[in-house]
Amino acid sequence: LGTVIPSEARNLDKPAALVIGGGIAGIQAALDIADAGFPVYLVEREPSVGGRMAQLDKTFPTLDCSACILTPKMVDVGRHPNIELMTYSEVVSLTPREKPGSSLSEGASTSPEATKPGFLVQVRRKPRYVDVSKCTGCGSCAAACRMKGRVPSTFDEGIAKRSAIYVPFPQAVPLKYTVDPSVCLYLSRGTCGKTFLCKDACPAGAIDFEQQEEIVNLEVEAVIVATGFDLLDARLKPEFGYGVYPEVMTGIEFERLSSASGPTMGKIVVNGKQPKDVVFIKCVGSRERRREQAALGSEQAALGSEQAALGGVPYCSRVCCMYTAKHAHLVRDKLPDARITVFYMDVRAFGKGYEEFYDRVRHERVVYRRGEPSEVYRRSTPPSPSVGRGDGGEGRLVVLAEDTMLGKPVEVEADLVVLATAITPRTDMPQTAGLLGLACSPDGFFQEAHAKLRPVDTALDGVFLAGCCQGPKDIPDTVAHAKAAAASAMKLLVQHSRQPSPTHSSSTHSSSTHSSSTHSPEGRPT
Amino acid sequence: MTSQGLLKTEPMVEQLELMGCIQCGKCTGGCPVARKTALNIRSLIYHMLVEPELDVNAHPELWDCTCCFTCVERCPKDVRPAELVIGLRGQLVESGQIPDTIGAALTGIFRQGNPTGMAREDRSGWTNGTQVKAAQQGCQVLLHVCCTPAYDPRVQVVPRALVKAFTAAGLDFGTLGTEESCCGNEVRRMGEAGLFEMLVEENGELIRSVGASRLVATSPHCFNTFKNEYSLAGMEVVHYTQAVAQLLDEGRLKFSNEVKKTVTYHDPCFLGKQNHIFDEPRAVLKAIPGLKLVEMDRNRERSLCCEGGGGRMWAEGTNLAERLAFQRVHEAAETGAEVLAVACPFCLLTLEDAVKVQGLDEKLRVMDIMELVDLALA
Repeated sequence: LGTVIPSEARNLDKPAALVIGGGIAGIQAALDIADAGFPVYLVEREPSVGGRMAQLDKTFPTLDCSACILTPKMVDVGRHPNIELMTYSEVVSLTPREKPGSSLSEGASTSPEATKPGFLVQVRRKPRYVDVSKCTGCGSCAAACRMKGRVPSTFDEGIAKRSAIYVPFPQAVPLKYTVDPSVCLYLSRGTCGKTFLCKDACPAGAIDFEQQEEIVNLEVEAVIVATGFDLLDARLKPEFGYGVYPEVMTGIEFERLSSASGPTMGKIVVNGKQPKDVVFIKCVGSRERRREQAALGSEQAALGSEQAALGGVPYCSRVCCMYTAKHAHLVRDKLPDARITVFYMDVRAFGKGYEEFYDRVRHERVVYRRGEPSEVYRRSTPPSPSVGRGDGGEGRLVVLAEDTMLGKPVEVEADLVVLATAITPRTDMPQTAGLLGLACSPDGFFQEAHAKLRPVDTALDGVFLAGCCQGPKDIPDTVAHAKAAAASAMKLLVQHSRQPSPTHSSSTHSSSTHSSSTHSPEGRPT
Repeated sequence: MTSQGLLKTEPMVEQLELMGCIQCGKCTGGCPVARKTALNIRSLIYHMLVEPELDVNAHPELWDCTCCFTCVERCPKDVRPAELVIGLRGQLVESGQIPDTIGAALTGIFRQGNPTGMAREDRSGWTNGTQVKAAQQGCQVLLHVCCTPAYDPRVQVVPRALVKAFTAAGLDFGTLGTEESCCGNEVRRMGEAGLFEMLVEENGELIRSVGASRLVATSPHCFNTFKNEYSLAGMEVVHYTQAVAQLLDEGRLKFSNEVKKTVTYHDPCFLGKQNHIFDEPRAVLKAIPGLKLVEMDRNRERSLCCEGGGGRMWAEGTNLAERLAFQRVHEAAETGAEVLAVACPFCLLTLEDAVKVQGLDEKLRVMDIMELVDLALA
């Protein structure tokens, strides 16, 4: 049962690419391939493209506003004539295209068609319960929803609350509303009062609770996997009191707090007050050699995703040093009188302009103290005379560490503690790897074909990696990786365009030809 | 080690894999005694890594370590810093450079099977004449009373309450009576590796001969070594709080009396941090009718060591003024609890002493969980 997505602008006579994941890596790869004239299906699991980069406030080391440089690219993928944007959708199967010669005698397999790369892909479009061809993104539905202000916003890391019908953030592409079935009263409990408030409020009549999921069949010649990363669950480091103390937050939460478009409009406020003492803790869960792993021995070494579940990953997450420096700068910018302490084990400022940024931040009265903190607790008793500092106030948080340069234990009081949590493989990596037929390296990320010379290729011909699904990367490295993946994919697409086969026109892109007027392309002006 | 106390560092660096250390300081940063004495395990590791010799005698603060293993639990590189303390103590033990009180405890264990040095024949004194089955006749559950609960008059109530609870639940259990000996958990941590090996061998043989399917230890310290350092194949080792929680869960043990008290619970290092048993003691307390459980700020993985482990019951350490137990009882009192519940004989003694010294006796009472269980049982 296949459904064609009509796309009048698409070059149906050209080979197509599939990009899985609509973060900055997938966006960049899709744009490069589309700009070269090839059709691209960009599949994103969430209701909007944008990924992690959309959540960030400023970007290091130039302090560009993340949304300001990302949003134009998001808009581009939404309206590019060669990009079929499939948000709120997931790839459910990927099968190397059956070789015509495989069922025949061996002699037949020498034809060019027999060695043609390519994949049959099934994509599940989850029901938004909103007709995207009608939805204008006005937001009347969310304003009317009975769950308004009660659902923690994933995009805002739970700091803000949204409705059951929502767009993840105002710059979402497509700007189409989605009903969250896990919290919608009608979808989760079967009833939502006497009348549907969202339906009543929608001037376009776009809300459709009868919507069903659909399976879309695609045929592509190249695949770029750009499924991104997760962040370590800071509760797995119980010594830091994350989830216990509201003053302890993760770096990504700080991004939302600091963002001018975030829930506090960029005001750094904790417990209703501006913090006086801010402490940053780096390497939270990164660079850990797990006992459990050591006990298993190298042959059975746990994958990164399993290690992450135990509270630590063995690698350096590569971005924390610089985003912590950026966070310290942002605090200084907004709170000129704050005392800012960064506890570190090493400072790795390796990129272009990075060491210079680290220099700048130190000169902004950010104190770097060498030592990995061991614990955070709430002061209930007066500080020990030998190690205490700060206002001596009861009820404040205290960060316990050894300042290894002084060679003595220190206690630093804090009103805000920011944990630089490790980048981890996505928790569903094993399933995704199985689905795509890809291997993972011991760190749990997708395995590239060669660590140095084939950084975007995989063991599967025609499948390429882009961004953090291959390992932790900052934005410049991610974009470079994505561009390399796009170039590698285009090489195949070009090769394939030069060998038109007799069967080509009838087999490309879609396995059946139903008409389906309900699927207008998303995010395009209609 | 040479006669001057100079230790060649290289063999121990190899043995303990200290080369993995990146000097991040998380060990010393979280060390509860480093905050008040000269003990700096990160700095000691660095010395081991870069110097050919270490003058062990120049570090009397090695006896300050409580072996709470916070450093081991939190080290990102799996270096196990406390094992260096144990190793260096071993050098001191070998050369006889140990505090007299530590020496006396070790001698007591060697001669009488307990650190107090009291007679082996008196080990069953805690029963107060109650008949307890001899495990040697065969039983399903072996109750290991442990030294302090067996001999210390303040703690003897704990095994007595356990016998009452196990009997009420209809458990087939027994003890080793006067044949029971020190488990050696603190012996190993005081650096007496030879005596520890001997105890493991002798105790292991005796315990295995009982043929019980389960060993219940009264003390988290004994529980720790039996579980992690003995080879008791086929025998499940549990702490008493686990056993009682299970009996409650299975409905074999029922509380009939209300205990209308506000209680806070102190996680012992050897039960909590080191063996991750946080929920069962709380489950037992929550099952007691009328009891209200409140938490201290530092609980579970962040519980503050009472300073009774690693041989510190028999060595004062170098800073008597700032005892961790003092700090801990104030933290407990601030919760508004009337009772500070513990699940370890050492915690019971150190914290009870601290309550008295800090003048909190009117406000706060230290009780073992089994004392509260006993009140709740008919």
